[in-house]
Amino acid sequence: MTENSTATVWHEVASPFCGIASDDLTIEVNGNNVKVLENGDAVTRPGFETPISDIQPRINGKEVTLEQAVSHIAELLINSKQPLIAGLGTDLNGARAAMALADKTGATIDSYYSPAAFRNILVLQDTGYMTTTLTEVRNRVDVLLVVGTDIESTFPRFFERMVWNKESMFGQEIESREIIYLGKKPSGDASTSPNGKKAQVIACDNVDLPEVVSVLRALLKGKQIQAETVAGLAVSELQALAEKLKAAKYSVVTWSAGQLDFDHAEATIQNVCEMIKEINATTRSNGLPLGGKEGDTTVNAVASWQSGYPMRTTFNRRFPDYDPFLNDGRRILADGESDVVIWVSSFNTAVTPPESSASTIVLGRSGMQFKSEPEVYIPVGVPGIDHEGRTFRTDSVVSVPLRKLRDSGLPSVFEVLSAVEQAL
Amino acid sequence: MLLKLTGGRIFDPAHDLNDVVRDIYIRDGRIVDKPADGRIDEEIDVRGKVIMAGAIDMHTHIGGGKVNIARTMLPEDHAQAVYERTELLRSGTGHAAPSTLTTGYRYAEMGYTAGFEPAVLPINARQAHMEMHDTPIIDKGGYVMLGSDDFLLRMMAANSDQEAINNYVAWTINHAQAVGLKVVNPGGISAFKFNQRKLDLDEKNEFYGVTPRDILHRLSRAVQEIGVPHPLHVHGCNLGVPGNMQTTLDTIQGAEGVPMHLTHIQFHSYGTEGDFKFSSGAAEIAEAINKHKNITVDVGQILFGQTVTASGDNMRQFAGAPHAHPNKWVCMDIECEAGCGVVPFKYKDQSYVNALQWMIGLETFLMVDDPWRIFLTTDHPNGAPFTSYPHLIKLLMDKSFRNDMLSTLHPEAQKATHLASLDREYSLYEIAIMTRAGAAKLVGLADRGHLGIGAAADITVYTDNSDREKMFEKPDYVFKDGQMVVRNGQVIKITWGTTHVVKPEYDVSIEKPLQQYFDKFHTLKMSNFKISNDEIIDDGRGSLTIQPLHKGGRL
Ligand SMILES: [Zn+2]
Repeated sequence: MTENSTATVWHEVASPFCGIASDDLTIEVNGNNVKVLENGDAVTRPGFETPISDIQPRINGKEVTLEQAVSHIAELLINSKQPLIAGLGTDLNGARAAMALADKTGATIDSYYSPAAFRNILVLQDTGYMTTTLTEVRNRVDVLLVVGTDIESTFPRFFERMVWNKESMFGQEIESREIIYLGKKPSGDASTSPNGKKAQVIACDNVDLPEVVSVLRALLKGKQIQAETVAGLAVSELQALAEKLKAAKYSVVTWSAGQLDFDHAEATIQNVCEMIKEINATTRSNGLPLGGKEGDTTVNAVASWQSGYPMRTTFNRRFPDYDPFLNDGRRILADGESDVVIWVSSFNTAVTPPESSASTIVLGRSGMQFKSEPEVYIPVGVPGIDHEGRTFRTDSVVSVPLRKLRDSGLPSVFEVLSAVEQAL
Repeated sequence: MLLKLTGGRIFDPAHDLNDVVRDIYIRDGRIVDKPADGRIDEEIDVRGKVIMAGAIDMHTHIGGGKVNIARTMLPEDHAQAVYERTELLRSGTGHAAPSTLTTGYRYAEMGYTAGFEPAVLPINARQAHMEMHDTPIIDKGGYVMLGSDDFLLRMMAANSDQEAINNYVAWTINHAQAVGLKVVNPGGISAFKFNQRKLDLDEKNEFYGVTPRDILHRLSRAVQEIGVPHPLHVHGCNLGVPGNMQTTLDTIQGAEGVPMHLTHIQFHSYGTEGDFKFSSGAAEIAEAINKHKNITVDVGQILFGQTVTASGDNMRQFAGAPHAHPNKWVCMDIECEAGCGVVPFKYKDQSYVNALQWMIGLETFLMVDDPWRIFLTTDHPNGAPFTSYPHLIKLLMDKSFRNDMLSTLHPEAQKATHLASLDREYSLYEIAIMTRAGAAKLVGLADRGHLGIGAAADITVYTDNSDREKMFEKPDYVFKDGQMVVRNGQVIKITWGTTHVVKPEYDVSIEKPLQQYFDKFHTLKMSNFKISNDEIIDDGRGSLTIQPLHKGGRL
């Protein structure tokens, strides 16, 4: 405990702010002030420590009670021809309430993180994949191939927790692990081994990855490549990489779809995934898609089990209707196809709704700043700080309990959306 | 509020009531004695109707990671089965892998009041419970999976004593909130991570030096010794491999009298005879089951059409992936604990292999004598979606229907079976045993699956109909905990069912090595692994029902 008698210290706290959901944080709470004492990083510190500012709901900029805000939202939904529930930065129960409300009001649902998430989901729905999870990586990886991603910029503790751990369960010499970047160079030294061995970098631009990955896959399949270079890389360098993957006992190929921000990146991810399947003809290899922060994995999981489909599903015909292109929330707002948008962002003050012609309702983290004031704004609690919750990790296998660390009185997304559903 | 069901024909095998006319009285969700003062608040005339307890599906993949992968993966399959929202019901989709709400409604409409998820990975148990929490009306529960988890394999490699293993099993059942223990391809999922592609009963996991036989021995003993009523639930070695009947026979022999449940036995009853090197081992397997009273099985019947196979057995799923239809599939290694594989599949009646699988399942049903030791499953969705149960019941109860179906299948397969010569037709009483009394006894549900005084009033009322498919797909009434939830095959009320668990005792000293293991090797803390009772109760809709342990359970 700390000197301050009013402060509480929490141990083994899980972070919903990063897709690897580290759950070893030590956090001190003093009133409404939160401080990460141990195991914080550039993502989790602001995640936990962003202070509460506004606590009062507003309608058109005027402070109102929560009840008034809720009945105003209900009124907007009753008169809406096509509502959209978007953003969806929320936890398990927030996602459940959003699904129930979407079903009842005929709304379309989509997440702020869908453009990245769908680069993987489209692959799942077309050809599938072989993947692994974080604890397997921690204990088994011998070759880690990083495709087009600067891991540490968005997953600062990935290497510390999953690669440069002290000991592996199977007696592997940790120092012998090989890290290879294909595409982007790492921005820092997180991938450097404890003894100072730097990662190998086979650098190319992201836009060249489709071609480079195709060649790598062809080489792994034993095909002859006529060209000597591809996108400025020597084919021999890719051939050497192919040999390493074939020789590895448990290679892991990782990417963050959020960083593969080029047209039809899903086709390249698909090529990577098919390549992994092919490597498994003789040895073991697995994909590890990195993503899933701030409820991204959670909302897709809940939508799938409640409706059969992930995000980008509409209920406007009274049944779940999935279309990954037509039901893209950004497109719907840009094309003026929705008249009311409920924007949910309970983790991140920077994730604000895009400008649109729709009446905008925001269930946002306290402290959110807007270019133009939404019609309704309700500051909501953060799952894992202001109320209990559960969130899924990037692998969509492990979910972690989130704890209530302080008593701010801010309502949860579940409470607000359930109240709206009741008021309809 | 006292409800009387008057004059029904009772089929209650737990009380030896076979087609006996009796009145049933219900109060506060329970079946009660006739009230002394004779006061009845409501009476329903069920004269001539067939009355059974609510049906229990003791093996159905309704919740958890691999089911949800299957859902997300198959939008084209859902698009052919969409369910509109009504005033009462949420919308949903799904044929092979239905959404949770749809799953609950469809089960209830068929007179089922409980379903048990048989492959709950400890690390994914939280998700399995979330999904089951969103499955309305029916009760649920899960069998937690061990056997390829590194903690157990390390214990076994280090020759830990049985008591330590018992402690670990009991600890896992408690903190995953499970009602039983499952093992899938014992040690094989781990072996696959070391690039082993098959693992026979006596073959060693190359890292640990442990065999599937050792694992089965340790885990089945643990379950028995800690007093968990449901015997070790075994998905054996070599699933789907021609010739695997020998492995299955060896597994039965190797159980050495300890209770063991062999699941989806159909997939483990294959011989290698004939031109196709694929033949039925059902007769030999059934004979072994008949002889070994410690063995129970469910069938995992296949039925023709599109479905999806979802299994923890990624070693075998990877081997089966080239047969994926449509051509997409997922295999995962999971958390030094387990794995999963999801492979869509279409069973074709003009395929020799698929036709023979259909026959092997039915032969098994018909050749196992004791309906208390065999259970009606399709291993939903692996053999077929659970919605095909009424059709399957008709196949069992109606020989001429069965033989008509048989005559349309792959001609070579027809020559390879004695099915047409099997005259047995299941009776209503036997169906009630398999799907109610026997299932409740097997899972260890003290107050379900029967119609005795004090039982939960989970009751299904059918109109007798010689077309058994019609009869079983549309009950007149279904009561869940005393409330009428279905009338004329339609859901009329939404309730949320309970989660059945067992809480075997364990010595807390097991947490010392576990804590070290989690801290050293895992990416989750032990404290965050544990699922609290509050998580099951969740938003208030959920509840926990702790089922009694067997006497003689010790620790
Ligand atoms: Zn199964």
